[in-house]
Amino acid sequence: MAPPRLVVTCLQTAPRLGDLGANLAELADLIAQAVAGGAHLVITPELSCTGYFLRDLVPEVAVAVDGDELGQLARAAGDGLALVGAVVESSDHLFHNAAVLVGQGSVRVVHRKVYLPTYGLFDEQRYLAAGDRFEVVAIPGSGGSFWRVGLCICEDLWHPSAPWLLSLQRMDLLVCPSASPGRGVRAGLGGLGSATSYQAMTRTYAELLTCFVAHCNRVGYEDGVGFWGGSRVLGPDGEPVAGPLGADRGALTAVLERGHLRRARIAFPLLRDERVEVTRSGLDRLGARAGVPE
Amino acid sequence: MTPPEPLAPAAPAAPDPLRIDPDLVEGILSRFLVEEVTKVGFQRVVIGLSGGVDSALACWLAARALGPGQVLAVCLPYRASDPRSLEDARQVVAVTGVSSRTLDISPQIDAYFAAVPTDDRRRRGNKLARERMTVLYDLSLAESALVLGTSNKTELLLGYGTVFGDLASALNPLGDLYKTQVFQLAAHARLPPAVLAKAPSADLFRGQSDEADLGFSYACADRLLYHLVDERRTVAECLELGFAADLVASVRQRIRHNQFKRRLPLIAKLSARTIDCDFRYPRDWGR
Repeated sequence: MAPPRLVVTCLQTAPRLGDLGANLAELADLIAQAVAGGAHLVITPELSCTGYFLRDLVPEVAVAVDGDELGQLARAAGDGLALVGAVVESSDHLFHNAAVLVGQGSVRVVHRKVYLPTYGLFDEQRYLAAGDRFEVVAIPGSGGSFWRVGLCICEDLWHPSAPWLLSLQRMDLLVCPSASPGRGVRAGLGGLGSATSYQAMTRTYAELLTCFVAHCNRVGYEDGVGFWGGSRVLGPDGEPVAGPLGADRGALTAVLERGHLRRARIAFPLLRDERVEVTRSGLDRLGARAGVPE
Repeated sequence: MTPPEPLAPAAPAAPDPLRIDPDLVEGILSRFLVEEVTKVGFQRVVIGLSGGVDSALACWLAARALGPGQVLAVCLPYRASDPRSLEDARQVVAVTGVSSRTLDISPQIDAYFAAVPTDDRRRRGNKLARERMTVLYDLSLAESALVLGTSNKTELLLGYGTVFGDLASALNPLGDLYKTQVFQLAAHARLPPAVLAKAPSADLFRGQSDEADLGFSYACADRLLYHLVDERRTVAECLELGFAADLVASVRQRIRHNQFKRRLPLIAKLSARTIDCDFRYPRDWGR
């Protein structure tokens, strides 16, 4: 039997802003190629079907979960799975920034972004509705293995409770599709400010939650704002497994091995030692005061 | 007597927050130029080359990003311009390898002021800046080349530019760099020493100096702007940092008074969806 592995391919794309048809066609080709190349899971950036700074374009590029657009990508994924970024419209006409897992003929899972940044250059709450949960999904790898995958779209990752909740669901792989704008060019930082923040976060989560982390960021420019790419995959010890990519379009494939998880969790049994009841009782004591200023 | 050994090494000086990583900035601006020019169907840019550091740097960036053959540098001297400006601009053309044209704008300027005489330096300066803009936009159509802006962040925040003149462009690679950061990148670019060494001047009249016009140095203004704008420090916090109260007041007033130069003209709202108010689409719509 094949060893228990998960082959993950991150597609670092540069969507055309508001051109759903062009982006779907490109993604269908790239996803089909990646699956043909052996990927169990193909990851694309946040809002890979539409571009990011949509503003009033949001309703114009929205798709239904059961619509033809996502169906096209599900067919492209064939026997594999692909995570694509889309604006998903609900039956009651709310619009969500979503990461949609498609493949094996259908839409499998929709994660609606919970934390919609509305500060600095971000304006998501003006246009989008927020999701309300973080749940893992089990996907098949080789050798009869199943991998519990947690999804955090971009800003979701900046709230530690999100990956922590996923970790409590025994997450093996944290996937973060993002559209992270590059900013912060001060000398001596060792790179872009936004990139170094992501590098620190993803490494920290990988190490503290002893899970793989796949960060798939986009590239390209929208209205002068550049997206820095840098997609990479980290092991459950925080060390790089693949990448990072640079600031150009590209693809990155990582082979995740079950044994790597096992070794990390033997060396650092942080999952085993987590005291959820301490957190729960702490929240209970705070009651309605939790998160509310004195 | 030998001085005692220090107990601990001296604390390193705080890093200058305006110090940029030039390789990183060059990469971001190069990709910006390539992507934002080509995605709208263009290959070329046209740039007014004054002989100053801003336009020289923008020219160098465009030549590196798009190739020197895709850059048309246009020198637009007026008869009262400092002749060294044209010499410096020609050096920039030589080192970047871009194509260039020189068009003397004296006839049309003098014709206008013969009909509408004035000694007001601001009116005359604005007229020069707007005449240069109309030439660049004419050549933009003739050459299928986007007009590249060269206003830096200091100028944009302080309003030190002519609306519909030098502030007009299709895209601007320098607008998020303070003047002192422009100089850092220009040094990294190894621009001609004459361009790097001379005092910044709009060269709208003989002997003009940016810093004399503004009443403070760029080094001082940039540090203050960084604290006020980027760091969002309060006035009280800036005073605590040692900035003079009159400087802080002057700079804050300039930022506020010149906000109109950074926005589209106001549109009177009548309908449910008004352009630039609640009709909000990205400029790169469908690109």
